[in-house]
Amino acid sequence: MAKGRRRRAWNLLAAALPRLGALVTVGLLAFVAGYVLWRGLPGLSWALLTQEESVLHGQVGIAPCILNTVYVIAVSLAAALPLGVGAAVYLTEYAPRRRLAAAVEFAAETLSGLPSILYAMVGSILFCTVLGLQKSLLAGSLTLAIMTLPTVIRATQESLKTVPRSYREGALGLGAGKWRTVRTVVLPSSVRGIAAGCILAAGRVVGESAVLLYTAGLSTAMQDFSSLSGLVKASGSTLTVALYVYAKERSDFTTAFAVATVLLFLTVLLNLTAGAVGRRR
Amino acid sequence: MKEKDIIKARNLDFFYGRAQALRHVTAAIPAGRVTALIGPSGCGKSTFLRTLNRMSDLVEGTRVEGSLTFHGEEVFSPNVDVTELRRRVGMVFQKPNPFPMSIYDNVAYGPRTHGRWNRAALDDIVERSLRAAAIWDEVKDCLKKDALGLSGGQQQRVCIARALAVKPEVLLMDEATSALDPISTARIEDLILELREHYTIVMVTHNMQQALRVSDKTAFFLLGELVEIGDTETLFSMPRDKRTEDYITGRFG
Amino acid sequence: MRKSRERPGELFMGVLLAACALAAVVFLLLIALYLILAGLPAIRKAGLGEFLLGTVWDSTNAEAPRFGILPMLLTSLWGAAGAVVLGVPVGFFTAVYLAKAAPRPLARVLRPAVSLLAGIPSVVYGLVGMCALVPALRAALDLPAGDSLLAAVIVLAVMILPSVIDLTTTALEAVPREYEEGSLALGATEAETWLRVSAPAARSGIAAAVVLGVGRALGEAMAILMVAGNVPNMPGLLRSVRFLTTGIAIEMNYASPGSLQRQALFSIGLVLFVFILLVNLLLNRTLKGRKGA
Repeated sequence: MAKGRRRRAWNLLAAALPRLGALVTVGLLAFVAGYVLWRGLPGLSWALLTQEESVLHGQVGIAPCILNTVYVIAVSLAAALPLGVGAAVYLTEYAPRRRLAAAVEFAAETLSGLPSILYAMVGSILFCTVLGLQKSLLAGSLTLAIMTLPTVIRATQESLKTVPRSYREGALGLGAGKWRTVRTVVLPSSVRGIAAGCILAAGRVVGESAVLLYTAGLSTAMQDFSSLSGLVKASGSTLTVALYVYAKERSDFTTAFAVATVLLFLTVLLNLTAGAVGRRR
Repeated sequence: MKEKDIIKARNLDFFYGRAQALRHVTAAIPAGRVTALIGPSGCGKSTFLRTLNRMSDLVEGTRVEGSLTFHGEEVFSPNVDVTELRRRVGMVFQKPNPFPMSIYDNVAYGPRTHGRWNRAALDDIVERSLRAAAIWDEVKDCLKKDALGLSGGQQQRVCIARALAVKPEVLLMDEATSALDPISTARIEDLILELREHYTIVMVTHNMQQALRVSDKTAFFLLGELVEIGDTETLFSMPRDKRTEDYITGRFG
Repeated sequence: MRKSRERPGELFMGVLLAACALAAVVFLLLIALYLILAGLPAIRKAGLGEFLLGTVWDSTNAEAPRFGILPMLLTSLWGAAGAVVLGVPVGFFTAVYLAKAAPRPLARVLRPAVSLLAGIPSVVYGLVGMCALVPALRAALDLPAGDSLLAAVIVLAVMILPSVIDLTTTALEAVPREYEEGSLALGATEAETWLRVSAPAARSGIAAAVVLGVGRALGEAMAILMVAGNVPNMPGLLRSVRFLTTGIAIEMNYASPGSLQRQALFSIGLVLFVFILLVNLLLNRTLKGRKGA
């Protein structure tokens, strides 16, 4: 029975390929993570994380880059969150004009697909030059806010859709206006989903490098975050940019891999929190 | 006894897109009485109820024709402030829908919405509303607890308290007992009889015995038409219309 | 009926929220506008034909700079195609495993692992590619340098993997169980059913996964900047190459504002923008097609 044998072979293959695919995927993840840890862990030290780099004293440290990363996350989320949540509320709760809603959704989709290098270019003109922010963490953060806007919008929309209709009816039935209903009943019920979306957006910010490379500056020195003017003027590299600079321009791979290790831990941490926050209810 | 009609519908038509849900409904709802709306499912009784406080607006693509007045004012006039209308015409829903907040905050939600923030006054309103809804004794020691932790019957009475807290004139009840067990249902029916003293109540029910037990007036809907409206006892004992008789004797529905 | 106090506030919030929603549209228009305004002058100066089809990119030549982006254009297309060829089969079969074959507990562990793969910053992929892949290629193929289109394609394939897996898994999970039961009831094996019934039923979702992968691959910059060598050669698998994205990235920090070189970089950006818009349009249509089907 030649046909039977062929079918059996076919079947064996069809059953084996998915396993093989999964194995390759998991293998790749294990390789990337393992390789980064293998080369990065030896260079990782408390001093590296808490010190500032000093060429004079032959001292490496990424503390400023960590702070810069925190700054960029905070500022870009502070800008994207209200806009994104507002847009999502409008789209799911108001949206009286279909055409406007369709335009907004198309725009958000397109924005989420644009390569970061394009954000880098436009951000460098719009924020650094036209608005006169120079190369600064602020300019970088604002550019990233536009970039993460679609993520926040989508996560909020998903979350709003899970709020039972009966909550809205209950509030409207008491004579609450639309916004009051949203603010007091709908948004509090979807806080978890929105928070998970924010963590996702933070993950994108942490992982982003192209935008910051061209809008936020390259300094690895400690910035002055203590005054308002300091906050506006601060410019420097985040962890990803520092990694790039160490690897590509200084060929200091020990530090580069140590930074990569920090980024890996940060990514795992953000993924776990997003999962935990989003799941529970 | 002089009876004033607080809500009047005249030739009211209601459409969901192309489908007509109400046909030339003409009815008067007497103040200070319980009016029951009965009829088979899909007959338009819930739609009619939802036009009374314009919760019908929430569905897109609907259209209204004819006249519906509350205290003589057109409900669907563009000048009407819907939030104020809904304050005065409160609603209790089929499934208990407390907000995910404490019992206290649930009941205080309405007064706060309408600008009452004074703590002492709120305490007073919350207590009176919960008392009026016959649930004060059960929850007075746990007002700060999440309302979602209560039983279904308790939740529904909290929802009634929540509706009462804004001092409405009319209370709409959309099959408010259909999701509850018989004991909870009986308590809510007792409550309706007590509330009748102070409020105009319009209730949709699929349960004819319930209409008979608690309502003063009954309206029978069929296929979007108001077939007959009259005193409950008369309607159930001597229906004028053959269709009403068929329905209440259980020949369809 | 008396107007309530809240009315003006409600109206204000409605307008404010609409403004928030419009912000996304405004940003998109702003980006498009800037790219067009900043990108057109250099194209006009060089001529559209010379710009798109010219094979020499020599932007820093003081006497006669040349701005032909064909090498980068083709490299980007080849790179995306290569990434899809390598990445999609692996992604597809992984998705079949996750959606159909894997025991539930294992799938529950593997899916977060896939999203972790998506979350790793692109510079980390670049770094690993630069330090592990490039030397390995050089040694294995006996090349003078391992920085090449091939290295970039491999890195891109890994990077598009998570989104391909994610979309495909979702599409496969949405296949009605009855289809599969029908096939099993006819005596087909499970594996046959996945590939002959489930996958075809999910084909528009899978197509969307491929298109998304193309978009991702076209748009990636930093990771391939670190492994591709960045010489604007015509593409060859083992040659050092420059992509549209890396073409911008490599010169952005050096081109002085207002110079023709900088304008030319914006022209590349404009071309990339048009490509991505086309990909998005295609993506939208494949996804809409799924809803219709």
